[in-house]
Amino acid sequence: MMNEPWGKAGPAVAARQVTKTYANGVRAVRSVDLEVPPGEIRAVVGENGAGKSTLMKMFYGLEQPSAGAILVGGRPRVLRGPASAIALGVGMVHQNLMLVPSFTVAQNVVLGVEPGRRGLVDPKAAVERTARLAEESGLTVDPRARVEEVSVGMRQRTEILKALHRKARVLILDEPTAVLTPQETEDLFAAVRRLRDGGMTVLFISHKLREVREISDKVSVMRAGSLVGTVATADATERSLASMMVGRDLSLDVERSPARPTETTLRVRCLGYEAATGQWLHGLDFDVAAGEIVGVAGIEGNGQSELAEILAGLRRPSTGTVHLDGTDTAGLDVAGHRRAGIGYVPEDRLYNGAALDASIADNLVVDRHDRPPLARRGVLYPGAVRAHAEELIGEYAIRTPDPSVPVRALSGGNLQKVIVARELSAGPRLLIASQVTRGVDIGAMRFMYERLVAARDAGAAVLLISADLTELLGLSDRLLVLKDGRLVARFDDTTGLTEKRVGLYMLGVEEHGRDRLTVGLDTLTAGPEDPGETT
Amino acid sequence: MSSVLDVVLSSAFLAAVLRIATPYLLAAFGGLVAERAGISNIALEGQMLSAACTGALVAGYSGSVALGAVSGVAVATLLGVLLAALRLELGADAIIAGIGLNLLASGGTAYAVYSLLDDKGGTSGLKSGSLPSITLPGVENVPVLGDALSGQNLVTWLAFLAAPFVAWLFYRTRFGFHLRAVGEMPDAAESVGIAVRRVQYTGLALSGALAGLAGVFLSMGYVSFFVRDMTAGRGFIALAAVFLGGLRPWGVFLAALGFGAAEALAVQLGTLDVPPQLVSTIPYVMTLVALALYAWRRKRRGRAVPAAASL
Repeated sequence: MMNEPWGKAGPAVAARQVTKTYANGVRAVRSVDLEVPPGEIRAVVGENGAGKSTLMKMFYGLEQPSAGAILVGGRPRVLRGPASAIALGVGMVHQNLMLVPSFTVAQNVVLGVEPGRRGLVDPKAAVERTARLAEESGLTVDPRARVEEVSVGMRQRTEILKALHRKARVLILDEPTAVLTPQETEDLFAAVRRLRDGGMTVLFISHKLREVREISDKVSVMRAGSLVGTVATADATERSLASMMVGRDLSLDVERSPARPTETTLRVRCLGYEAATGQWLHGLDFDVAAGEIVGVAGIEGNGQSELAEILAGLRRPSTGTVHLDGTDTAGLDVAGHRRAGIGYVPEDRLYNGAALDASIADNLVVDRHDRPPLARRGVLYPGAVRAHAEELIGEYAIRTPDPSVPVRALSGGNLQKVIVARELSAGPRLLIASQVTRGVDIGAMRFMYERLVAARDAGAAVLLISADLTELLGLSDRLLVLKDGRLVARFDDTTGLTEKRVGLYMLGVEEHGRDRLTVGLDTLTAGPEDPGETT
Repeated sequence: MSSVLDVVLSSAFLAAVLRIATPYLLAAFGGLVAERAGISNIALEGQMLSAACTGALVAGYSGSVALGAVSGVAVATLLGVLLAALRLELGADAIIAGIGLNLLASGGTAYAVYSLLDDKGGTSGLKSGSLPSITLPGVENVPVLGDALSGQNLVTWLAFLAAPFVAWLFYRTRFGFHLRAVGEMPDAAESVGIAVRRVQYTGLALSGALAGLAGVFLSMGYVSFFVRDMTAGRGFIALAAVFLGGLRPWGVFLAALGFGAAEALAVQLGTLDVPPQLVSTIPYVMTLVALALYAWRRKRRGRAVPAAASL
């Protein structure tokens, strides 16, 4: 494919007074002026809904500006779709990767611009081309491997190779590190720097300020649809960027006193699980005490989701026992788990965290609608439901005009507040919090952190599962690492622990011995063979 | 029992299998193309029926068998495009829209025949002719197969050529490459600049055309008239073959051939001393058993997406 000619000088991409107003009247981007010169890594940061994604979509032709102009290669362009953006040399790596799972890496790389003559595809040329691009760019991939069978890191490299195959001169990376381990992130950054040194212009969208500081040359900050400012990365601190993003001084560091753990609340012994999908858990042994936050780290898909769902009662373990305050939870249904004192913030709040078309008020009572004061003798009291909702909306600062608003209309952060409000107001003995701050803006993130610490201080046992290591290290009193469904590390003191060090365990480079993993745990056997010891 | 074996091993039986499998093969490939394009074509039945009716009527009135066949295929193609439009432009559920098209075809063909010929049963009163049979020179000298292949209808030859054609289309051509990407991951296809809708329209048109060829064979292959509802569920059995074949061309080929063999067996056993009602259930029982087997196998493998053959 031939790229259209670019002007000689000037920015690689630019926005001139760009405004985007959606049909429903929402103004996502307001009069933004942005210029990115060739060969620069420009980070674009902002809270959810700040307009950064919409702006990027306009550069890639997925959205068209309502007013103003998009410039590529120094000239105003009308991008009717990704095809015209690609033709101009703009490539985009989406947050949720756009790959065909049953195709090979090479097939995905060439898709849409296949080598071959007269309507045919030349498979050999596709593999060769992919291998050559991989070698030139340092983005290592196996061209013949099926995408569904390769790691997330390789999938992402495949996406970048896709853009390179299309001769991209501008690369838009939308939250590329969200699913990567620290090591994979470093590799990605090294490759991105190499591309930049070869003349590539990179737009890096992120909300991880530490990574933005590491990778970018300049940072543009967006807030509420407007460009607040652009600063040289060298002159910025995480704190200064955060306050630009939210418009006020805000720190994500949570002040928390040392934990004062008391008696063991959750006791997991020899827990094993075999899922139809092939995801296993093997012989997990750990305790969580009242008054402590125990973090669970691991690359996504190493058993964290299964663990959370087993503890919440949504799946049954194949082997082993789970005790909550001395009660065996085997044989309890999900409602039984809840009555026993388990609260659960699921990782996919849109799928199983809330009933999206039901109101805030209804979502807040789904676990307690059948008892006083909300209901008596099987009859619900709407007034009580509403009062209950209003109380929690106030307490958890849920931004909504009314409790009757369907939760679908809420932003990610506000929806998560509804779920956290429901789970915490039940006064759980054990709170399982899975990816609590995923897709949540900084203000709400901080709010969640404070609430988790408050729940801990009130005597709840908290199991915090997260893909965000910064968050885990900031909140956890103790930290466990899962790899391939097994516990591979246990840190009883998280002070001074670095992300890089935890990353080594997540990747399986290092591993703690069984003694260290189980030190201090009582009776490690569970199951029918010695019932006497488990009591 | 030996009489059954004699029947099954005869070249006459083999010839019957090829003949009876023809509409299953064509319709199943039609279903396969649509399925891989991401829109289930449950309207195969109606497309076949419309093509059968149109073919017989046009051939009868114009006196040209070729014009009839082309018109039949064209109508089914349009129905494929209509299904795509209902799905893509109006956001209708493909299954519901497909059921609607099937009902429309059933009622519409009966109405057309009645209003034109004043006959509620079919077009037997109209002289419409049938498509030619083909005998390759020398083919009858091939042992066993020779007699079976000799004198098969043109459409039967096309049905057997459809398997390599669809496999080639899927795995060697740019269009097939795009079609599979669109069906599996439309967002990914769109993000690389593939015109998703255009691919889906083309796929559904091809799907309708293949089903149309199957329909034309029914009314213009060995008979030369249209009978009301003469497809008798073949479109649905073909759809079963699509899934039983694991959404792959050669798998679908074998499955459709299997259904053809089952029906041929039922026909042959009908001449023996077996209750005909029982015999006529064979293809349908086999469909259910096969689908249960397929589901069981897939469950054991624990994978939902068919791994396409490599590029």
